[in-house]
Amino acid sequence: MALLEVQDLVTEFPTRAGVVRAVNGVTFSVDEGEILAVVGESGSGKSVTALSIMGLLQDPGHIAHGSITFDGRELSALSDREMEEVRGNQIGMIFQEPMTSLNPVYRVGDQIVEAILTHEKIGKKEAWERAVEMLRVVGIPSPEERAHDFPHQMSGGMRQRVMIAMALVCRPKLLIADEPTTALDVTIQAQILDLIYRLRDAYHMAVLLITHDLGVVSEVADRAVVMYCGRTVEEAPVAELFMHPHHPYTTGLLQSIPRLEDDSSERLYAIEGTVPDPLEVGEGCPFANRCAYAADRCRSELPALSPVPGEGHRSIRCFYPLEVH
Amino acid sequence: MAKYVLKRLMMAVLVLFGVVTIVFIIMRAFSSDPAASVLGQHATAESMAAWRASYGLDKPLWEQYVSYLAGLLHGDLGYSYYDHTSVAGQIMGRFPATIELAVCAILIAGVFGIALGVAAAVHKRSFWDYFSTVVSLVGVSMPVFWLGILLIILFAGSLHVLPSTGRIDPMLQPVGGTGFYLLDTLLSGDFEAFGNALAHMILPSVTLAMYSLAIICRMTRSSMLDTLDEDYVRTARAKGVRRRRVQTHHALRNAMLPVTTVIGLELGSLLGGAMLTETIFAWPGIGKLAVDAIQQSDYPVVQGVVLLIGVIYVLMNIVVDVVYAYLDPRITYTKEEG
Amino acid sequence: MVMAQALGIGARHRAPGRLGMMGRQIWDALRDDKPALVGLAFIILLVAIAVVTAIWPGVLPYDPYEQDLAQSFQPPSPAHWFGTDQQGRDILCRILVGTQISLSVAAVVVVVSLAAGVLLGAIAGFKGGAVDTVIMRVMDMMLAIPSMLLAIALMAALGTGIDKAVIAISIVAIPQYARIVRGQVLSVKEREYISAARVAGDTDATIIFKHVLPNVMPSIIVRATLGVSSAILDTASLGFLGLGVQPPAAEWGDMLGSGRNFIFTAPYSLVFPGLAITVTVLAFNLLGDAIRDAFDPKSRKR
Repeated sequence: MALLEVQDLVTEFPTRAGVVRAVNGVTFSVDEGEILAVVGESGSGKSVTALSIMGLLQDPGHIAHGSITFDGRELSALSDREMEEVRGNQIGMIFQEPMTSLNPVYRVGDQIVEAILTHEKIGKKEAWERAVEMLRVVGIPSPEERAHDFPHQMSGGMRQRVMIAMALVCRPKLLIADEPTTALDVTIQAQILDLIYRLRDAYHMAVLLITHDLGVVSEVADRAVVMYCGRTVEEAPVAELFMHPHHPYTTGLLQSIPRLEDDSSERLYAIEGTVPDPLEVGEGCPFANRCAYAADRCRSELPALSPVPGEGHRSIRCFYPLEVH
Repeated sequence: MAKYVLKRLMMAVLVLFGVVTIVFIIMRAFSSDPAASVLGQHATAESMAAWRASYGLDKPLWEQYVSYLAGLLHGDLGYSYYDHTSVAGQIMGRFPATIELAVCAILIAGVFGIALGVAAAVHKRSFWDYFSTVVSLVGVSMPVFWLGILLIILFAGSLHVLPSTGRIDPMLQPVGGTGFYLLDTLLSGDFEAFGNALAHMILPSVTLAMYSLAIICRMTRSSMLDTLDEDYVRTARAKGVRRRRVQTHHALRNAMLPVTTVIGLELGSLLGGAMLTETIFAWPGIGKLAVDAIQQSDYPVVQGVVLLIGVIYVLMNIVVDVVYAYLDPRITYTKEEG
Repeated sequence: MVMAQALGIGARHRAPGRLGMMGRQIWDALRDDKPALVGLAFIILLVAIAVVTAIWPGVLPYDPYEQDLAQSFQPPSPAHWFGTDQQGRDILCRILVGTQISLSVAAVVVVVSLAAGVLLGAIAGFKGGAVDTVIMRVMDMMLAIPSMLLAIALMAALGTGIDKAVIAISIVAIPQYARIVRGQVLSVKEREYISAARVAGDTDATIIFKHVLPNVMPSIIVRATLGVSSAILDTASLGFLGLGVQPPAAEWGDMLGSGRNFIFTAPYSLVFPGLAITVTVLAFNLLGDAIRDAFDPKSRKR
């Protein structure tokens, strides 16, 4: 059985102009010990999906429909108290902005200690030692001293390591990493990804990696879910997805990755058009207005997410998938 | 840090020197001849000249200035034009009353202002949010003396539950001690007197507090709304920290940074506002002293009070910065760290 | 948030010569802000009252200045809605006439302190060096004394009278404007179009009026609107202490001050003038807040 199962999730934000469905029918699952990447442009609803799982949606956002099962429990049915038990204990989360995600007025060691003491009844001193140990695990040099640092005394990469230490100190079964490397320098990005990869193996945890960067996906993920306009449009093991994308949107995304071997005089490919306004999504496939292969049917009817013929482990939301034999 | 404080204190001395000068110029150069108003309309030219000479007012202005400065160095603020008592002595006698009032007022303003601001930010668009908006708007729009008058009309005039003037029933007045009646009566175990002093304190301190309460409430609300939106608050929630604890230990803790500044500065300006409050409630503090002195053209007393409040205001600014640095680790005043 | 910030900055450093757009911006913000509209409507009403009672005093049912001791301390009644004071004068009429003093004092104070503050701030910011140091140190020292206290000290020296109150309150308000203007001048000064203007041979004064002032206008307008509130409050405070108008002039603060001794016998004589001050100040505060939001969306309190 999968560790995390998201079924037909719909998350809504009522606004003055109308109800925005930031997530509009997302389905995927994460197995134990697996790294699943959720890929999409900004506004595709991938971060909202993560926050929905964590129960951290900002008012007035709420889950309108669908189910989120974690370890056999329905998360959306849990009380605030029960959800607080899950957060940080069974599911850890790190965010895009390490610079602002740590509280500036507390020492980083104390912030990790807070995470421990929230979930475990142990002494403060013991918790501090655990925090220092965790800092060592995530590769902070001389952690005994750095634990006394305030966040502003650390670089972005170091702070993201602290965030990881804080998220994993209670040994959660699942780590949700929301664009963990986007705000970092390229060299630091690789280090952080490598760290997540290693810790996944060491702790046998699953990782839900939210990213817009297909380079990141290819480096660490086992499987990938492609999102567009709040919907899952394609799901496949990473190697297969990169070799044989079936959804026209995935193809577009892959073509827009800059490659070293490319002739620099050639213009970088970009998908035509823009993401539609969430308030003006029509009946049909949301990608239809940008899709080169769109037919009349695509504009009037929404394709269902269904297994790819002949490749049962992959699924796709498209009437006319590419490269399917 | 010590070095920074020292530097600030030296700067403060310069500012205070300026304040002394400005106040001196206002009082001596702008003002009309006090002799006539002090001695009355029937004084002869000779007696007026003699009077002026006795206060050194016949000397050139710069000489008066130098001797005033020289006096200040010895804690000598000059002498009252009326009874020739020492201004410093008069002020010291009245000062505890004002301090006690101001401290009570800032406590009321701080506690209720912060509580209301937090409640408003945490429960957006609730009753508390609207209530806090009304309080902060009306609080800054209402003249303090009118609020005082309304409270007197209501609680002293109609309900007869609270006294409207003075600090304590004269029969119960503590002898000696610190001059802080609440403290003195409490220390001596005289609870009847303590209750009496407390009852006298309520209306004036609420009156004086209202403006600052409004400012603090508004500041807390907006600052708290900002911090509740911060990434680190989300991080704390993601750790599984309870909602209430996130609000107090993460959002409020950070929101307090700007609020601290406001509270400190408000304490300084409370003393300025004390003039009106003390006048309404016949509160025998330095504010009332100054207002009475103005009506009698007793310039040395006015000058002394203005100077004292200026000094406190400047010192409060330094205290605020030091407290701020203590609360916010990102601020370092030395180059050794970070 | 980032976008709002970008907008805020954009509004602050608006290119010169767009006063019309600024008015438009204010109006756009006001249109959706009901409290601010109510405030604006009330201010217009007050101005109308002040003008009408000044031009045509006969519109009032009673002479606001004439004593009639037989009528003293009449409680509110159909004849005297707000009652009469110790001199037998109708309190409502005196409140209505009082708008003249409150509004005109506030207007003069804002104009005078604004002009002086802008001038000093612009000179300090533009000249820099010793001139800047001297001007701004003096401003700092004035700010080191609580403003009400400084105003009272000035009144103590100058003597009582509404003209002197205007001087005292104006002087006290100068540093605020000077600070805003100097700060903005410093940030605007180094911008490219200023250097370009300098190359083109514009004098400092031209640059100040053509380039700097339009840029600081938003902050100034906000400060001035709120400045009206504090001017009205300060005038009333001085009046209450008996340092403002001379009898028999009608001024709200003075009405409270002279009625103070009758607080238990004629409370109504104190309630209504204070209400007039509060509501007037509230109206200007509502308007000022809305204008601030218009120029700086970041300050808008969700």
